[in-house]
Amino acid sequence: MAKVPLPKEKWSGNIGSVSLGDGGVRAGGGKGMPFLSFEDRSYPRALIAGEVMDDVSDFPQIVLDQFGEAASDPVSWAEEWKARGADLICLRLLSTDPDRGDASPEDAARTAREVADATGLPLIVYGCGIADKDADTMEAVSASLAGHRSILAYVEEDSYKRISAAAMANKHSVLAFSNLDINLAKQMNILLSDFGVDRSDMVMDPLMAPLGMGMEYSYSVNERIMLAALSGDRMLQVPMVCDASQAWQVRDCSDDDPSLGDVAERAAWWEFTTALAALLSGADILILRGHDAMALVKEAIDDLGGGA
Amino acid sequence: MPTAIEFFKFLPKTNCGECGQATCLAFAMQLANQKATIDACPYVDGGAKEKLEESSAPPVRAITIGSGDRAVSMGGETVLYRHERRFVNPTAFAISISDTCSAQEMEQEVSKYLDMAFERVGTVFNIDMFVLRDDSGDPESFRTAAVRLRSLTDLPLVLESSSADVLSSAAAELRDVRPLIYGAGQDNIEAMVAVAKENSLPLALIGNDLDRMAEMVEVARKGGVEDLILDLGSSSMKHILESNTVARKVSLRRTFKGLGYPLMNLVGSGPAAMMKASLAVMKYSSLVVFDSLEAQQALPLMTLRQNIYTDPQVPIQVKEDLYPISDPGEESPILFTTNFSLTYFTVRADIEKSRQPVWLQVVDTEGLSVLTAYAAGKFSHEHVATALQASGALDRSKGPIVTPGMVAKLSGKLEEALGRKVMVGTMESSALPKFLKNLRQ
Ligand code: SF4
Repeated sequence: MAKVPLPKEKWSGNIGSVSLGDGGVRAGGGKGMPFLSFEDRSYPRALIAGEVMDDVSDFPQIVLDQFGEAASDPVSWAEEWKARGADLICLRLLSTDPDRGDASPEDAARTAREVADATGLPLIVYGCGIADKDADTMEAVSASLAGHRSILAYVEEDSYKRISAAAMANKHSVLAFSNLDINLAKQMNILLSDFGVDRSDMVMDPLMAPLGMGMEYSYSVNERIMLAALSGDRMLQVPMVCDASQAWQVRDCSDDDPSLGDVAERAAWWEFTTALAALLSGADILILRGHDAMALVKEAIDDLGGGA
Repeated sequence: MPTAIEFFKFLPKTNCGECGQATCLAFAMQLANQKATIDACPYVDGGAKEKLEESSAPPVRAITIGSGDRAVSMGGETVLYRHERRFVNPTAFAISISDTCSAQEMEQEVSKYLDMAFERVGTVFNIDMFVLRDDSGDPESFRTAAVRLRSLTDLPLVLESSSADVLSSAAAELRDVRPLIYGAGQDNIEAMVAVAKENSLPLALIGNDLDRMAEMVEVARKGGVEDLILDLGSSSMKHILESNTVARKVSLRRTFKGLGYPLMNLVGSGPAAMMKASLAVMKYSSLVVFDSLEAQQALPLMTLRQNIYTDPQVPIQVKEDLYPISDPGEESPILFTTNFSLTYFTVRADIEKSRQPVWLQVVDTEGLSVLTAYAAGKFSHEHVATALQASGALDRSKGPIVTPGMVAKLSGKLEEALGRKVMVGTMESSALPKFLKNLRQ
């Protein structure tokens, strides 16, 4: 009988891994292209980070409805994510924004600690997006989460030193952000490495553009990063974080237009599809907003044989 | 594709010039670049020609289902990853309909799916094909249903039955509109190949074992059927991913010959179908068949298909024009940005979030983003002024004109050129909602 050869690549590299929480949670470590069991028999299971905000003004009502009462407070919201099976909590400290109440770094850090204590899950912590304030916030967060290895988000080419130093001080990981370009992603990892961040403390976010808003760029950038990393480019062998919650930025995701079908289900598929594209192109950690989407993503990971 | 040297070996090296090229070597180079066909040289013998044709055949055969404007092309793919080159023929979506449903039910089903169409960034999305499924087991019922289905739609059809007897009269009746015969398994392959051959129709082969599939391909080819599509099974996402990847990869690498055909997946209905279909679109499936599909599923799926099959070399550009957002009027601000689709989508989403009425002028920057376009001299105050004048923006609104914060430098000259007030907007698009709300007050 004809014998079809298995087109197994001989990769010379693999993705590094980071350990989080008290060390029991690991992300990364893939040795082949995603989910191909003939390349990597135990392709690591991607982790899911459930998104929690400390300020829900401007937040989509459909998501708040999914969480009900729990969403009124970051701790109960995070506990709800844990109960539904999230591996991490992505905490966005929006209240630190000068236009959203200007919460102090200490207050923000206390919230982070409470979420960590209540759930025991590692966190990915974001500030409000204003570089100076975020650096202040992350210094306080780093200290308050000492002993509970988390990910401090995010650092960019022109502002990485303070947050990276804060992360190193307490053995946290740093999320290196770059704008949709394999060379920029690599450059960012080199910068961090030169600054003294250990590769086992780095994760990267090459920007997951959502479905219908440039997703194909991200899909291809991610694939190229994976191919280069597996081919031995050490400066790209860093676990990838993909933020699929950005799907909600796309109007068709949650626009309440009946001709586009049921809006809650459509939003779940919009986020799911963005997440699946991320998984197939190499995501190690997915940030998700809706728990409907998480249920679908988990089912898909099982069906793909991830972490088997 | 063979190299120029490989072609050269088969040429007589007499440099006679009859092919239109001065030398055989020049002709070989033309062949390698796909600028000439081997027929142009009258001196290549038949055996050599066959060999050459075989090695220059596309790694994934291109086939067509249906006829006329709505015919669907499949296959002809040349790469594994879309950054290398554009994926060629987008995945087709088909809906399966039973031959036992009444005339009225069939009409309802067909019109439900024909109406399921969406417009997104200037492209209309819709269902591409219908499958007629034999549940009756009766050749005459199946034939009647096939004729009825054809009268309701000019979309390409798939005739599905495990029995060649049931299929054959419908296939003969509809052969001119080139339906796909679905399909041949281990048990019925001889009979199915005969039906496909007799009516010159494309044939689907069904089997979840790659080695056995390769043998079935041999049988079909020996039976004279070359237009094949392979259903390697859809039992799980893992199975779809791995089978489709192996088939595509060995064909492109030419490490194995017999699987170089378009692939298809039958996914059923419900959430599992959506998951499998999304995967199939990203991973090499040319045809996905559903038992049912709802609008809230179809829109994300069709958007995914549009994204994945976009040409990676050409950034999608938005047409230069004036785009009204949230019903703007005579006092609404006029913002402008580049025609790089990512920039446009982001700015648009942020304006929508503000719920403020805005005129958004897109300026043709040949697909470059704000800073790159500015640096390249394609986003100067002259470009912007010309675009604003051409679109009639200046007549539509007396409101303030707002430059992107990153090109604040434009504002002075633009103000001079237009004789109108120009404001500097935000550095980041994400700050627009707040900016626009403040502007309002
Ligand atoms: S026609 Fe054939 S033999 Fe003559 S120059 Fe061209 S390739 Fe050579």
